[in-house]
Amino acid sequence: MGKYILKRIGYLILTLFIIATATFFLMKLMPGSPYANQAKMTTEQIKIMDQQYGLNKPVYQQYWLYMAGLLHGDFGTSFQFNNQPVSYLIASRIGPSMQIGLQAIILGTGLGILLGAIAAIRKNTWVDTVATFFAIIGRSIPNFVFAVILQFFLAFKLGLFPIALWDGFSSSILPTIALAMAPLATTARFMRTEMVDVLNSDYIELARAKGNSPWQTVAKHALRNSLIPVVTIIGPMAVDLMVGSMVVENIFSIPGIGEQFVKSITTNDYPTIMGLTILYSTLLVVVILIVDILYGLIDPRIRLSSEVQN
Amino acid sequence: MADNLNKLKITPASFKTVTAANVDAQEKISTPSLTFFQDAIRRLRKNRAAMISFWLLLVIVIISVVSIWWTPSNPNAQNVAYANLPPKIGQGIPGFSGQANVGGRIVDKYAQANVPKGTYYILGTDYLGRDLFSRLMKGVALSLLIGLLATLFDLAIGVSYGLISGWHGGRTDNIMQRIIEIISSIPNLVIVILMLLLFTPGLNSIVMAMGLTGWITMARLVRAETLTLKSQEYVLAARTLGESPVKIAVKHLIPNLSSTIIIQTMFSIPTAIFFEAFLSFIGIGIPAPNASLGTLLADGQKAFRFLPYQMWYPAAVLSIIMIAFNLLADGLRDAFDPKTQE
Repeated sequence: MGKYILKRIGYLILTLFIIATATFFLMKLMPGSPYANQAKMTTEQIKIMDQQYGLNKPVYQQYWLYMAGLLHGDFGTSFQFNNQPVSYLIASRIGPSMQIGLQAIILGTGLGILLGAIAAIRKNTWVDTVATFFAIIGRSIPNFVFAVILQFFLAFKLGLFPIALWDGFSSSILPTIALAMAPLATTARFMRTEMVDVLNSDYIELARAKGNSPWQTVAKHALRNSLIPVVTIIGPMAVDLMVGSMVVENIFSIPGIGEQFVKSITTNDYPTIMGLTILYSTLLVVVILIVDILYGLIDPRIRLSSEVQN
Repeated sequence: MADNLNKLKITPASFKTVTAANVDAQEKISTPSLTFFQDAIRRLRKNRAAMISFWLLLVIVIISVVSIWWTPSNPNAQNVAYANLPPKIGQGIPGFSGQANVGGRIVDKYAQANVPKGTYYILGTDYLGRDLFSRLMKGVALSLLIGLLATLFDLAIGVSYGLISGWHGGRTDNIMQRIIEIISSIPNLVIVILMLLLFTPGLNSIVMAMGLTGWITMARLVRAETLTLKSQEYVLAARTLGESPVKIAVKHLIPNLSSTIIIQTMFSIPTAIFFEAFLSFIGIGIPAPNASLGTLLADGQKAFRFLPYQMWYPAAVLSIIMIAFNLLADGLRDAFDPKTQE
């Protein structure tokens, strides 16, 4: 297991290195100038600006400096937002994103597990049909459509929540619900399939034969075993959440990193785009690694087969 | 029990001799035998949700094809005098009467704008006076086109990558799988956005960006299947007879992979449509003045508090298309692989 983890971490570092390199050179190829009013600037001014941002050095030196900076957690300086260091920009904006993301994943997986389990227990009844219907809706309708619908009815028509404002818990409810729909649907679907499988197995029959009530059997035996594979979909769900957060944060005007990313794209703010790309990729790679290791720890069969493979 | 036994009288006459000819008649398969595809389609037809989705999508596709040559009016023609007119089909139809609630008073917007009698905008007009129904038709067509093209990319790259990786195995496979691992660990969206920044936004760059990122799942599935298929006897036979790998792939592997490929394709179309809508929504997708579902939604969202109809219809159409594609894909998967259905 230790060897396996080390190997995975090695791949992780290699992956991140490639991502950082690719983003750096892609940014160098990007059209457009970082200075909003370059047309009005003299060549002298542009030179001074270039010098300030280190853009006058040859590309390989810029690359070297950038990579060395990354190791110290230095993502460079933003071109647009008052010359703030990118790391500061990210640090000041990651809070709201994390809060909404975590709330959404807790709400989504929690309700999803419940819905999936109920659907499996009441298989082929109207309960199952309703649950499946909700899962399909949640999977099909894009989260920004959900966000706008929630905003229109609950915030604008009924006035229950702020429309677009970041001020405390109440303003995080609607974005959380909008983001939670996709994880909810995925979890419910996955949970139902697993649960149906588990409920058909012999040990469940044994548990019932020993006189456990149906609910006891489900809670003690079936639920735990069906939960194991659900762990694997946390990785893909994290990706969905990142994508979703960009547009949901925009709709609800939340000062998070998703909103920042979209803003940076429209203003050609290369250092911020690069910093956020690397941040997103790191988060994703680390989440997937943790999920894989967790999965191996929870289910010994997986560990064995992966060790044989590697 | 004993009564029954007494009643039951067995004489030699109760038995009938079976002749060889009789066996043939009894063993005859009376219904025509179905191929794998016919069988799958038979199963698909029994799935009501999938069939409704299929017919719905067919109608939507036909309408989009029509929109290439004909729309009720020019979707990009601006007429500011008729801006922001609510939907109107006829007098007195709720929601489609051309009236709007302005400050608590019901106002006939069409009369206010001096629209000639008989001119109706079924879904109203936007802030530039463009006919929303025509724009919606064009928008759906564009979104479907993007879904289709991105899927073709996905097919071309994913299937060939998976086949090569799975067929060669060994070191080639190892390297190719590591490349996939690295690409898949970068969020898709980040790659798409970087590509879009690099090229000018538009149909081509969106399709290319999505094509470059979307093939990973397809490649993985195809590789896994190829690994098991290539050790099958018929592939071995073909190899022994000196068939070239390309021919084996086309004649033996792809037909056997077809169900996997079809199912995955059906899932990648809605994903592409979603991505286009998403990119256009945040403003780096289809450039103005062309309409796509994403741009219509983005425009509608800006004014939704006062003119909600501008957003509801694109949102509804996008949702219907997504649900229908997902239901059809689910149906196809169950039809092609009945084992997954419990």
